[in-house]
Amino acid sequence: MTLSGSDERTGAVGVDELARRIRVHCVEMTARANASHVGGALSAADILAVLYGKILRFDATKPDWPDRDRFILSKGHACTALYAALAETGYFPLEKLETFYADGSPLAGHATHKDMPGVEVSTGSLGHGLPLSTGMALAGRRDGRAYRVFCLISDGECNEGSTWEPALFAPHHSLDNLVVIVDYNKIQSLGRVEDVIDLAPLADKWRAFGWATEELDGHDTRALESALERVPLEAGKPTCIVAHTVKGKGVSFMEDELLWHYRAPLGDLLDRALAEIGPPR
Amino acid sequence: MRNAFLNELYELAREDPRIVFVTGDLGFGVVEGFMEELPDQFVNAGVAEQNMTGLAAGMALSGRIVFTYSIANFPTLRCLEHIRNDVCYHDADVKVVSVGGGFAYGSMGATHHATEDLGVMRLLPNMVVVAPGDPVEARAATRAVVARPGPCYLRLGKAGEPVVHEEPIDFELGRALGVREGSDATVISTGGMLPLAVRAAAALAVDGVDVRVLSMHTLKPLDDEAVLRAVDETRAVVTLEEHSIVGGLGSAVSELLAERNGARARFKRLGVPPRFSPRVGSQEFLLAENGLDVETIGATVKSLLEPAP
Repeated sequence: MTLSGSDERTGAVGVDELARRIRVHCVEMTARANASHVGGALSAADILAVLYGKILRFDATKPDWPDRDRFILSKGHACTALYAALAETGYFPLEKLETFYADGSPLAGHATHKDMPGVEVSTGSLGHGLPLSTGMALAGRRDGRAYRVFCLISDGECNEGSTWEPALFAPHHSLDNLVVIVDYNKIQSLGRVEDVIDLAPLADKWRAFGWATEELDGHDTRALESALERVPLEAGKPTCIVAHTVKGKGVSFMEDELLWHYRAPLGDLLDRALAEIGPPR
Repeated sequence: MRNAFLNELYELAREDPRIVFVTGDLGFGVVEGFMEELPDQFVNAGVAEQNMTGLAAGMALSGRIVFTYSIANFPTLRCLEHIRNDVCYHDADVKVVSVGGGFAYGSMGATHHATEDLGVMRLLPNMVVVAPGDPVEARAATRAVVARPGPCYLRLGKAGEPVVHEEPIDFELGRALGVREGSDATVISTGGMLPLAVRAAAALAVDGVDVRVLSMHTLKPLDDEAVLRAVDETRAVVTLEEHSIVGGLGSAVSELLAERNGARARFKRLGVPPRFSPRVGSQEFLLAENGLDVETIGATVKSLLEPAP
């Protein structure tokens, strides 16, 4: 698998079309299941599309390939976006997405690895992804393997002490094969991040901890691709991308609304959401 | 036990580069040799047990056999959910090691009393729970848990425990070791209580009571057969643990016996009440405070052997 072989993995669609499809799946899965967390899945959709469309080295037919890049969705509640990306890139049939939340299905409401090729680890309890990712990066480094580990965390997760423990550890060990991307959508469970536990200045915090850090618009797929193609941003340092995003991005009535951390788009709202996400590009 | 474990692990790690030792910044004076000789198999995670555990799971999922190491409750309760989700749910090859189980750090205060660890670890799916009874068992257990892939909790004492097994042992995870034959009563011991169990049995022998001693070094999976033989073949069974009587060996045996209607032997748990120690003190002091001494064990066995009123 080549680094930029996006065509074969996304069925000849571009990153923006992959992002659109991920959004469609997120909204449909959430509606079908009457589930939560569509807002945080939509905020991450462009990041996942760039990773799976352009950046990650993987072979969907060999999910255990030892040299694959690892993607860890630490914000496991955004799992619809991950499941969608995996289905669209060939890990399993698209029809499987229809079993999200269903009795007996492996597609749980938080990212779950059991019987799910491509889901590296189970997450959902916040603050677990970065320690796990750090261990994978350290093992890869010591094994002399070239794989990278990309870990997507939420802003709410930056409240967890267990996020900051590896944030200290990884730079000390010069793990430049580790990349954390913060989906900074500014809304957490009970309110706006700035009102709950303000993270600002977030990029400065990661810099101060020793991470090569860049801020960008997490919905600008060109900017995401350009930054992620350059990792490590500095040799000898882990990389942090603070991606400024909008919760519910792509569906106007969900955008920047706390309600859509919880609510499922049912009936007319589903039709409106799909219309806004739009036809294939 | 700590030194027996570390020496054995050191030997195993020299032979097997997959083995990694991750410490939570503890082991002054005992881990430096490992660190210097096998730097690629050593990690100091710092005083950060959540990351230590998640990191260990990440390394294990990348092909390593990882030992996390700290003292008392730090490698277990402090990072419990990381053990549950990251280690156990992924069936990751991580061995959680605690030094100073029970009252080994007695004078340091109740924060350092590890008296619920076995029960909590026993609850976790996929987790094997091992508490060796002496340095010989600690060495054998170390080798056994490396040979068995998957999560394990290894609870050790500190240093300087007496050797109970003078002869080579046939150690197998999940199979109790018979330390002394006996036909009147059975004392089932786990962890560092083994020397006390042996001393109590010897004292009872002087009084004409013939006591069997089992070292239940593996708490999970429990050796059901050995327990059931004891209740069939002897008239009294006492469990002995440096741990709360809730959740540990006494609970495990109780659960087994409660569902086996018609168990013949009478039964008593000896251990620590589910409370914070009201006072601190040496290990010996705190054990005696909690009735974990030769006299109490003797009196308990004798009272169980008396005819029911």
